[in-house]
Amino acid sequence: MLGLIVVLAAAGTAVGISATRTPAAAVRSQNLFIPVADGPAHDQHIRLDTTVYFPSKTPAPAVLVSPGFGGTKTSLAQQATELAQQGFVVLTYTPRGFGASTGQIALNSPDYEIADGKQLIDWLAARPEVTKDGPNDPRVGVTGGSYGGAFSLMLAGSDKRVDAIAPVITWNDLSQALVPNTATSSLAATGTPAAGAFAANGVFKRSWAGIFFASGLGSSAGSPGSGACGRFIPQVCLAYQQIATTGQAGQQTVDLLRSDSPVSVTSHITVPTLLVQGEQDTLFGLDQADANARQIAAAGGTVKVIWYDGGHDGAAPGPALRGQIGDWFQHYLRGQGAAPALSFQYDVQGAFRSNGTPSVRTVTAPAYPGLTGAGTTRQQITLNGHASQFVLNPPGGNPAAVTGLPGLNGALGGAASRLTSDVPGENASFTSAAMSDQLLIAGSSTVHLRVAAVPGQAPGRQAVLFAKLYDVGPDGSRTLPGAGVAPLRIDPLPADGSPVDVTVTLPGIVQPVQAGHHLQLVVSTTDQSYANLTSPAVLRVSLDGQLAVPVVPGVSRSAGFPAGQLIAIVVVLGLCLLAGIVALLRRRRTENVDPDSVGVPLVLSGLGKSYPGGVVAVDDLSFRVEQGQVVGLLGPNGAGKTTALRMMMGLVRPSGGSIRVFGELVRPGSPVLSRIGSFVEGSGFLPHLSGMANLRLYWAATGRPDDQAGFDEALEIAGLGDAVRRKVGTYSQGMRQRLAIAQSMLGMPDLLVLDEPTNGLDPPQIRDMRDVLRDYAAGGRTVLVSSHLLTEVEQTCTHVVVMHKGRLVAAGEVGEIVSGGGETSFRVDDAERAIDVLRAIPGVPSVDDSRDSGEVHARLNGVARSAAVDALVRAGVAVDQVGPRRRLEDAFLELVGGGGS
Amino acid sequence: MSTSSAAVGYRAARTLPARVELTRQLRRRRTQLALGFLVLLPFLLLIAFKIGNGSSNRNSGQFVDLATQSASNFTVFALFASAGFLLIVVVALFFGDTVASEASWSSLKYLLAIPVPRGRLLRQKAIVAGILSLIGLVLLPAVSLLVGVIWYGSGDMVGPTGEALPFGVSVGRIGLTVAYLAVHLLWVAGLALLLSVSTNAPLGAVGGAVLASILSEILDSITALGGLREYLPTHYVYAWSDLLSSSVDWGDIARGLLSALVYGVIFFALAARRFATKDITS
Repeated sequence: MLGLIVVLAAAGTAVGISATRTPAAAVRSQNLFIPVADGPAHDQHIRLDTTVYFPSKTPAPAVLVSPGFGGTKTSLAQQATELAQQGFVVLTYTPRGFGASTGQIALNSPDYEIADGKQLIDWLAARPEVTKDGPNDPRVGVTGGSYGGAFSLMLAGSDKRVDAIAPVITWNDLSQALVPNTATSSLAATGTPAAGAFAANGVFKRSWAGIFFASGLGSSAGSPGSGACGRFIPQVCLAYQQIATTGQAGQQTVDLLRSDSPVSVTSHITVPTLLVQGEQDTLFGLDQADANARQIAAAGGTVKVIWYDGGHDGAAPGPALRGQIGDWFQHYLRGQGAAPALSFQYDVQGAFRSNGTPSVRTVTAPAYPGLTGAGTTRQQITLNGHASQFVLNPPGGNPAAVTGLPGLNGALGGAASRLTSDVPGENASFTSAAMSDQLLIAGSSTVHLRVAAVPGQAPGRQAVLFAKLYDVGPDGSRTLPGAGVAPLRIDPLPADGSPVDVTVTLPGIVQPVQAGHHLQLVVSTTDQSYANLTSPAVLRVSLDGQLAVPVVPGVSRSAGFPAGQLIAIVVVLGLCLLAGIVALLRRRRTENVDPDSVGVPLVLSGLGKSYPGGVVAVDDLSFRVEQGQVVGLLGPNGAGKTTALRMMMGLVRPSGGSIRVFGELVRPGSPVLSRIGSFVEGSGFLPHLSGMANLRLYWAATGRPDDQAGFDEALEIAGLGDAVRRKVGTYSQGMRQRLAIAQSMLGMPDLLVLDEPTNGLDPPQIRDMRDVLRDYAAGGRTVLVSSHLLTEVEQTCTHVVVMHKGRLVAAGEVGEIVSGGGETSFRVDDAERAIDVLRAIPGVPSVDDSRDSGEVHARLNGVARSAAVDALVRAGVAVDQVGPRRRLEDAFLELVGGGGS
Repeated sequence: MSTSSAAVGYRAARTLPARVELTRQLRRRRTQLALGFLVLLPFLLLIAFKIGNGSSNRNSGQFVDLATQSASNFTVFALFASAGFLLIVVVALFFGDTVASEASWSSLKYLLAIPVPRGRLLRQKAIVAGILSLIGLVLLPAVSLLVGVIWYGSGDMVGPTGEALPFGVSVGRIGLTVAYLAVHLLWVAGLALLLSVSTNAPLGAVGGAVLASILSEILDSITALGGLREYLPTHYVYAWSDLLSSSVDWGDIARGLLSALVYGVIFFALAARRFATKDITS
């Protein structure tokens, strides 16, 4: 039973407690270099470092997986293995200019990286393991994150053989990602929740651009780094240098960045597209995915949008999201599984969980608003602040406001959204009233700003501002959701102070603004992550109208309901119930009663107790105790008396033989034990309670009626007087002993078992105890007393059982055993002579001596003792003492003294 | 059950009533001290917060920084501060001491000779130890809540991310927290009871259970053990903090409940088996 519970519980633990899942079977993979020819004339030969993963069953559709910027194929091993386990041939590769692939970085140029992609599809088409749609047309999907995501989109837009794509955290227009401008004079109503302004002449996102560019510097296997351009092709390098040095993008640069962006080909993308964008992403915001979604939907492609709790400032997609990508390909490449719902889902980050990660719930809306059906609902929030506020642009654009650390926000985790500081005097702020209910912002809010130069205050010809939307708690703590900043450039700005009205699109965010929180719009002149204006200026900023906040209603689904654990809990509880029932049934077994000895208080037959290691405490002990007897269990210390008594009380299990009390076999907890009162080794009182309280609690524990207890009689026996009201902890040994004997007599049990009851008592108390025990037995009850003192047994008991080394030595009536069958003992000075004299008396059948003690024992057989003494005296033997022979004492002294010689 | 061979008035099912065992335990100094300390602790915390005037209330996501926000926050902090060690000690004390102390006083054999059947004795002792533990577990948040309401008011409970729960809701969540902790501590209770029936030294039983929890917490802090840590009995000791937000994630809570239940059942079963077959020699 117990084993069953343990095994099942362990199994339950294995499936239930652990949150991790075991991976499926390993997949076969193969490394190889694939040669490709690039350039406008297809004459530049390089080779790409690739790994291909094969599923257990081929032919199968293929998935081409491309890494992020700076990454190599090895970073894709886990995702590729998962996809191969789902039954796809997976081709991962390192893009040109990185890792072991040769060539230079062209930033997803149609002539280079995208040309490579087409040739990889050619390679797949030649493989027999890949399912074909036609000649040189494999069934293929493309996915990848960031750089790889843009590659997926651009390949799908330029190669009709691509059947489905799943771009992750990527851009639509690189010129807007790196040089954004969120201010327009008139905003086109798109209806989508995160549509960006995508205005021209933006502000350079220098931190991210620098990080991006730096990962292409240095040398690689294929192309040694050369000078300031590293492994970039000259056009890209020059464009970067132009922006980085001037802080603004020239038309040529914008054209290059746009041609290296999906925006150049989205009008040709008609394949099913799963767009996954991160909510923690200051590099490629939600507006980039929004633009991709709108453009592909307009071209006729099937689009599903997912915003997840991660991005370039957070985590990569987790297993659940990777599973969704797998399901996308499963359906659109293989035709298996239900068509993925084209719903829109976004993650809402909640409180921090006990395991250190924030809780995330996913909200699902029927569709991405604005693509099909109704557009996004916008809630108008009134912001309050001084009608117009003056802000200073410091010379050199320094000190600047800090909004997170691009590239490190992910490592900072939840702290990034709090790692913000605004410089006093450089910003204007407008705050809402406290929210009455939770407001769940999902997308880009918009606001109208009026900006004017202040005449006479060194006005610039243009203005650069940064708009941010804070969530302010009731205690004043501010959170900048997603660390998002909306940079805007107003050019030209009239020097005469006439205002310019602009509509600003704030960063796309998902933020639950709790009831009691405020929204705060801060417009500052500087930001650490961007190229600020260096010329000093003072601007007047005011608000025109309300903040329009996008809200996308949907059904909330939090982390998976722990059904498995609940089932396991129910199973464990069920097992406990089952074990309880079994235990109850087993307790109902019939009692083992011997009808012949029902009237006999105690029968021991062949009782034995041996301990591991061969120590034998009791060995083959058999005797009976009849009703009304006071039986002494006599033996030296260590004879096994206490062990025998413990077995009678059901405390120690016999290793052989049996004990019957009133006919019933004694086992631990046998009901018949209730007819035994006992005192064995140690008084067993709760030291913090009085003697009286101890007796009452003990009796209460028996569950028997109080009127059966006989407290008064017991207290009289104990003879403690007023001391019964004192704590037992203050008692002397003798007082505890008497109280314990009194306790054993509570309820007047039929059999009283006392272990050395007179130990520690005064002689008068010992005498009283003898009377008590005799009186007790006189009423038809039975007493079993153990002792190592012969005199004690002789004076108290009617019967005696002598034990030594665990074995029975003698048993019988005390008088019978003591008187030794009518022999007479003579204590004499000369034993040998006395023997001769006694043997000479006619009619004396036997004489022997005990050499040690100088005593001579004779069976006189009718001869008067006086005659025998007379004969001895006449023979010159001095007689000290004459009396009945005490054989028990002989035997006992022999045991105690010499040990059975 | 036939009681023909038993003494008049004796019924095995009536022996050692829970009320009697509760009286026996409640009159012990250690019970009074342990429960008294749990009542005292909120006042000690209050005094500490009143004396300490270092700059605080910077929302760094710790329960301690929010403790003085409201009664509920104060209570949550009191629970947070005691869940990892104090409550384990209290439960280990009640369960570990219960049988071992009887053995050390020699009173165990007299209870068994009444006879209280061994299974019943262990069950009654476990029930009473459970009642005492539950009293302690309820006393701490109840007194904290009372102290908190008096000194910090019944405002909203503010979560680590600034999420606020109304007072009424937060009190309900604290109730659920107590329920979770009550189940979570089953493993300590089971282990302490197993040690209690295995030794005659109460200190050994209590100390052994506390030691095991410390060992488990040390191993849990070794992140290199990864997923293996989920099998440690103390791994989910703070899973109840998931209850303190508007949308509750039940995952870790369910895993914690299951873990505690499995450990508890195993330990209780081992304790019952050990006690049923043991020779009482004290």
